[in-house]
Amino acid sequence: MSGRRWPLFSLMAFGYAFLYVPIGLLIIYSFNESRLVTVWSGWSVKWYGELFRNDQILEAAGLSLRIAAVTASLAVVIGTVAGLVLARFGRFRGRTLFTGMITAPLVMPEVITGLSLLLLFVALEQAIGWPGGRSATTITIAHVTFATAYVAVVIQSRLVGLDESIEEAAMDLGARPLKIFFVITLPIISPALVAGWLLAFTLSLDDLVIASFVSGPGSTTLPMVVFSSVRLGVTPEINALATVIVALVTTGIVTAGILLHRQDRRRQHDMQAAAAAGGRAADLARV
Amino acid sequence: MSRKGFLPLGDRLSRGAPALTASGLDPLRRLWVAGAALAGRLGLSGRTLVIALPYLWLLLFFLIPFAIVLKISFSEPLIARPPYAPLVEWVEGAYLEIRLNLGNYLFLAQDSLYAAAYLNSLKIAAVSTVLCLLIGYPIAYGIARAPVTWRMPLLMLIILPFWTSFLIRVYAWIGILKQNGLLNNLLIGLGVIDQPIQFLHTDFAVYVGITYSYLPFMILPLYATLERLDPALLEAAADLGCRPFKAFLTVTLPLSLPGILAGSLLVFIPAVGEFVIPALLGGPDTLMIGRVLWNEFFNNRDWPVASAVAIALLIFLVAPIMAFQHIQSRQQKADAR
Repeated sequence: MSGRRWPLFSLMAFGYAFLYVPIGLLIIYSFNESRLVTVWSGWSVKWYGELFRNDQILEAAGLSLRIAAVTASLAVVIGTVAGLVLARFGRFRGRTLFTGMITAPLVMPEVITGLSLLLLFVALEQAIGWPGGRSATTITIAHVTFATAYVAVVIQSRLVGLDESIEEAAMDLGARPLKIFFVITLPIISPALVAGWLLAFTLSLDDLVIASFVSGPGSTTLPMVVFSSVRLGVTPEINALATVIVALVTTGIVTAGILLHRQDRRRQHDMQAAAAAGGRAADLARV
Repeated sequence: MSRKGFLPLGDRLSRGAPALTASGLDPLRRLWVAGAALAGRLGLSGRTLVIALPYLWLLLFFLIPFAIVLKISFSEPLIARPPYAPLVEWVEGAYLEIRLNLGNYLFLAQDSLYAAAYLNSLKIAAVSTVLCLLIGYPIAYGIARAPVTWRMPLLMLIILPFWTSFLIRVYAWIGILKQNGLLNNLLIGLGVIDQPIQFLHTDFAVYVGITYSYLPFMILPLYATLERLDPALLEAAADLGCRPFKAFLTVTLPLSLPGILAGSLLVFIPAVGEFVIPALLGGPDTLMIGRVLWNEFFNNRDWPVASAVAIALLIFLVAPIMAFQHIQSRQQKADAR
């Protein structure tokens, strides 16, 4: 590394430090014995004990995980169909509106989305008596709606970058569109499906604003509990919770990354093998 | 899967139908065939049905709600459940009365709080976007110039914080910035200051919070453009006697403008409507439009005014951005041709 690289290097180091020092401090201070979060008085894991005895947090975490799992699964189904429509269906009546409805949730301030969905649920209840009060169901519907947009964008960009010739070959061989989709397209875009599911899951797990608008009594999610306790001040229990979340997310991401990387390598290996075999076949044909 | 693949569903299934009915298959199957035939008669193809699923969902849960927000922004607040008066009412069983209450919008225009909150949101979002750019550009540039094997791990390290809870990342700054927090302790310990400085509950804390939370959104598009940049251009500039810094200013920077624009939009837009960061890190006088809407709704329970704020924000923020993106994508398509 030459001498004039050092300014860039130090700027990068500053950037990474800016990203990681706050999280690092949060983790270190979760092992602090003192209740005063900023005064160090020795190592302790007692706040983790307190955390796992805190029923309110545990219940909210369970609810949030359930909502996130249902949201991610539904959003992957609807979002994949939406991405397929955007990438493969060409022009159709109402396409502009459709594209708009996919991109708008990405730029819409959360307070607006939350308010509008709440007003919809209230109006629906007045008109047809459904969904019968605000609950985990209304939170899930709200989360599916904005997560679908993100999944659709992920799937669409994957499909656009995909070679259509395999699908066309299957069609020439007489496969029906539905069969082509399930047997060829879906397996090829499976990494994007995993990425979309994880993205939807995290978005749902992380959402405070929209859930606050559409939740009712008895459906308090984890971010809502964290927000109300953080508003009262810094508490070591939240530090412990943060450390647990960071540990889980890091493990999940690194595992998914390694698995996808391995799968990718295997596919590349297969493709090289296929190319080599093809080359040999061509050689034989030439002989 | 091109368009010709999606034959009308009814068409395809009715061809197989005689065989199925003749062999007397289970009733479920027969129902499916009959339904498909009906769909074909109605002109509904498989293609239409596939489009319909996401289309109807988004129509019902994304577009229609805005019509309701618009409607309620014209109604009068009422102490009831729900807390607004109906717009359309039968009076004495004979008159259809439509009451459009423009009062909420007049209220927004007259009370300077709302205009101030809107302008302040734009200011805070703009400053944070510039900070993101200043911190993010060197990182994106450094990753794009790093050896290929290093790029993926370096990028992963940028994305990783994005996957951890947003709320918790904002929370981390409270412990650092508060009166007896880590930053003040550090500065006092180093002898830079004698008295703790008020960091938390100021605009400064909001800038830091937004910059910290949205930095990955700036770095990723910047990296995408910088990585595609042809290094031969810089070599050519160097061969012609251009200093590295000047080459950066005249070659790299202009060519990375699309990335700068994309990253800035990704930071600026959500930052304007931000609620959590000003609520946790900002002071009582840190007015932002998202916070004002939240307070109107939850604290004042004034749903019509909250709806009017939402509509105003939609007109003054979201609509211009969507129009801008639409024009830009059309231009890109025209350039590609």
